[in-house]
Amino acid sequence: MLNFVMSYLGSTVTPGQAGNQFWALIYVLIIFAGVSVAVVAMNWIERKALAHFQIRLGPMRVGPHGLLQPIADALKLMLKEDIIPAEADQFVFWVAPLIGLLAAFAVYTVIPFGPSQAVSDMNIGILFMLGVSSLGALGIVVAGWASNSHYPLIGALRSTAQMVSYEVAMGLAVVSAVLMTSLNSTGTGTLSMIGIVQAQQQQGIWFIFKFFPLGLLAFVIFAIAMIAETNRAPFDMAEAESELTAGYHTEYSGLRWSLFMLAEYAAMIAVSSIAVTLWLGGWMRPFPNLLQAPAWQFTFSLFPGLTFLGLAAIAGFGTARMPAHSFFRIQRIGLGVFASLLGSIALLLLLIAVAGRSADTSIAARFSEGIDYVYWFVLKVAIFMYLFIWYRATWPRYRFDQLMRVGWKVLLPISLGVLIATAIVGVIIS
Amino acid sequence: MVPITTFHYLVVAAALFVLGVIGVLTRRNVVIVLMSIELILNAVNLNLVAFSRMWGNLNGQVFSIFITVDAAAEAAAGLGILIAFFRNKETINVDEIDLLKW
Amino acid sequence: MNPVVNSALNTTIDPGMAPVATPFFFYLLAGLAIAGGVFVITRRNSVHSALALIVTLLSVAGLYLMLYAPFVAATQIIVYAGGIMVLFLFVIMLVNIERVSKERRFNRIWPAGVSAACALMALFVFAFVKGKALFPDRLMTLRESSNTQEIATMLYGERGKMGQYTFGQYTFTFEIASLLLLVAILGAVIMTKKKM
Repeated sequence: MLNFVMSYLGSTVTPGQAGNQFWALIYVLIIFAGVSVAVVAMNWIERKALAHFQIRLGPMRVGPHGLLQPIADALKLMLKEDIIPAEADQFVFWVAPLIGLLAAFAVYTVIPFGPSQAVSDMNIGILFMLGVSSLGALGIVVAGWASNSHYPLIGALRSTAQMVSYEVAMGLAVVSAVLMTSLNSTGTGTLSMIGIVQAQQQQGIWFIFKFFPLGLLAFVIFAIAMIAETNRAPFDMAEAESELTAGYHTEYSGLRWSLFMLAEYAAMIAVSSIAVTLWLGGWMRPFPNLLQAPAWQFTFSLFPGLTFLGLAAIAGFGTARMPAHSFFRIQRIGLGVFASLLGSIALLLLLIAVAGRSADTSIAARFSEGIDYVYWFVLKVAIFMYLFIWYRATWPRYRFDQLMRVGWKVLLPISLGVLIATAIVGVIIS
Repeated sequence: MVPITTFHYLVVAAALFVLGVIGVLTRRNVVIVLMSIELILNAVNLNLVAFSRMWGNLNGQVFSIFITVDAAAEAAAGLGILIAFFRNKETINVDEIDLLKW
Repeated sequence: MNPVVNSALNTTIDPGMAPVATPFFFYLLAGLAIAGGVFVITRRNSVHSALALIVTLLSVAGLYLMLYAPFVAATQIIVYAGGIMVLFLFVIMLVNIERVSKERRFNRIWPAGVSAACALMALFVFAFVKGKALFPDRLMTLRESSNTQEIATMLYGERGKMGQYTFGQYTFTFEIASLLLLVAILGAVIMTKKKM
């Protein structure tokens, strides 16, 4: 039994490749927990960042600087009364958020956090991701219909039409990135996510910079299409409060609504992961070929620890700045504890990085390598998450017909052109 | 336990095909008739892919992709006809769609 | 165990131990597909039928995965479940009229339809029984092994073969399929345009 558990450690393939169901299950649980934590953190960051963009403070009361606000929100949603519209179709009303959630979470099976840190590296990884994320549209249209009311139905139809339209541009941008993987000696590309990042590693260039400006254009098309896919600003006509009340999730309350929000944030993280894997080099640190000296390796491996140290410093600064009043005592203590928690994580990571430098094949070195891979991936995805919030704070909303015009008449021709140009340049070069 | 042979997949495909035929022949709602046609096409696809596995070459799989493409085109065209008819006669009952020209 | 020689492939496939999970997943997916099919043709509510059809399509995609056809499975999910079914749901919502839910589900001559389908099933059974003699046992039994990548490569050859087939032997079919899609798009757009 212990053999079976330990047999996978130290392997260089994903649990799916190795056929090890136990470790695949462990990875799935880790991903589930990680995504839930990420959604909670994302909720907090969104409210605070939007508030600061609008020159106000955001939640400050619930925990120190509102850190416990998402947890309070989750508790409130879980304890709310479960209202179902009278004439609504019970079964379909119940099943609709589940379809969206299933589609959003199933994508995480193939996301590569490292060269062997994925649940299962399918041969058709990117195709699987595109297909499963298109199932999310089904959940939305069914949710709108099941609510048996006008605004949700119109909102759902608009939302679905938007998602389906931008899927086409997304798919073409993905195809042009996959095309770039085939520019190697054997001439065969790959659809597997880990293979795509390894192709970038082999060709020594992130695909966003390849065949400048084609890679950049494909990335920009995908970035725009992925915002429209997830119904986020500026493409959030279907769910904005001032438009159709709340679109397809108007009639959903309490836990069901939180499932929709969970599905939306999870889908955001999933499509950002696709963008990072295809164009931004996945788990690779910046300048892997240019700055190759061991000193640079060591510097870059310190980054996880330094990031947490920075976060701990910010939290510590916040603690120091809190008014020394008895009202704020609990908040101050709480924030101090949080700062020290972040600091201890930072120390641990720095220790692992330093210990990993000493010997190349020790456990610490393997740990440090794994942590580095996951860290760089998560950092890039986190940048995308912040960009999502930035767009929401800054840009006005597209009107629905403008939205459809952009999807079909602007993005689709440009992505087709980029695909053809990439193919032509690829053939000429090789 | 009996190991799964190609025959098992053929039986499943035949069952889906017969269910689709029943749907086409007995239902009155045009949308459900079109959905039964999709069932029939899926049964054919399953048959092709099962035989492709049996013979060990990819011909069946490649051809099943074209059948999927064909099904998509046909669903789009059929639903377009349905919507055009619905605009004129406000019904989706096959028994009432009986005019060649109105 | 003696290795089985499959002369159609000119290779030797070592039978090994058949995984226990395969019959379980096959019966599960096949049962889901057939149950979904039954729900498609019997539900009064069109949206329920559409959801049942989605279940059937996803189970058939799972069956494709069991047959070592990942590309066909992915295409099935993307095109059928993600595209065609969304189209169906759109149209159901656009033509949904109250009157339909109160009418009869099946038409008056349904016994004729069901007996025709039974005759068809009898024809299938006859074809299977007679045809079983044509397929020797060694071709019908599908050997599995625990290393799934290896068996896929063994069965179908190296990676990229699908593309070679599509753009080699089936180029003409590919072009005709694209033309068909173009015609379907044009037809759907023209038919649903409102008369100006």
